[in-house]
Amino acid sequence: MGVEFTTGKLADAVNWARKYSLFQYPFVTACCGMEFMALWGPRFDVARFGAEFPRFSPRQADLLMVVGTVTERQAPILKRIYEQICEPKWVVSFGVCASSGGFYQNYSVTPGIDLVIPVDVYIPGCPPTPEQVLDALVMLQQKIQDRDSWSHRQYKLREWKKGEAEQAAGTRR
Amino acid sequence: MSRQALEKLETHFGDAVLSTHEHRGDETAVIAADKLHEAVQWLRDTAGLDFDMLTDLTAVDYLQQGKTPRFEVVYHLYSVDRGHRLRLKAGVDEKSPEIDTVSDLYGNANWCEREVWDLYGIRFRNHPDPRRILLYEEFVGHPLRKDYRKDRRQPLVRRPREELEQIVLGRGVGNKRTLI
Repeated sequence: MGVEFTTGKLADAVNWARKYSLFQYPFVTACCGMEFMALWGPRFDVARFGAEFPRFSPRQADLLMVVGTVTERQAPILKRIYEQICEPKWVVSFGVCASSGGFYQNYSVTPGIDLVIPVDVYIPGCPPTPEQVLDALVMLQQKIQDRDSWSHRQYKLREWKKGEAEQAAGTRR
Repeated sequence: MSRQALEKLETHFGDAVLSTHEHRGDETAVIAADKLHEAVQWLRDTAGLDFDMLTDLTAVDYLQQGKTPRFEVVYHLYSVDRGHRLRLKAGVDEKSPEIDTVSDLYGNANWCEREVWDLYGIRFRNHPDPRRILLYEEFVGHPLRKDYRKDRRQPLVRRPREELEQIVLGRGVGNKRTLI
């Protein structure tokens, strides 16, 4: 057992603390906000997951929940808020409008916030049921606990570059 | 009651009223665009008619039906005291899409006309504040026209390639690395 064992255990402990104390920034724009609010009620209690405390300042938050439709005009504002949140940060795209534009396909709605900021968990639904959101929260907590290792990220970057090259050459299916 | 208003309008303006019709209480008159401001002012100020409220001002694009003139600006007038309604339509040509403003007669016409300009491209002469109201300044075109492709995107946020690389690597957009 070397020093990697200690730092690995330390990383696990810190990630455990992070996943059970998420401070969200509720970037709520539309009707999904109703289901968002329902989560904080007594029936679908999100306090038991430790994620009950909304921080309305991006400086104090670590989870950005984008709830509802994001228009093209709102996209630079969302990007700015995301950049103001300190690392480590995660993004949950709540509802189909934030994930892919939803049923909107027009001149004013951004078809998915992952064109603007990187997203960790996508929640489909119009609006998603609170159980779906809790499932996504548990998924996010798992992602926080088994945080991506450096080698996995390098692998992802290689695969992405390969995909780009194939697309440029026209060989990608 | 609105039928009387329609008849009075027809007698007063003669052949400036191009056609009228009525369907289940919706009295409509199609007026020549150059007489529109005069007609609206007359409807508002005449003692028996008193159309003191403009409930809606919008436009229609008839490109797919192939009608000339291509656009029609639609005004919905209502009288609060007398309770009768009237719809006025004014045809606007595609070559010179301009019509006189009624924002000097009704205050709410200001924003309604800005919306029509923003989405259809119809100019209002003598409008006090002719700028876009719903869309951003960088937007090019008038999206509710029938020849604007409905799913065309004009994004304000574009991701440069270096930023995307950083994101795939799991680093923050501002290139901040976490300790663990």
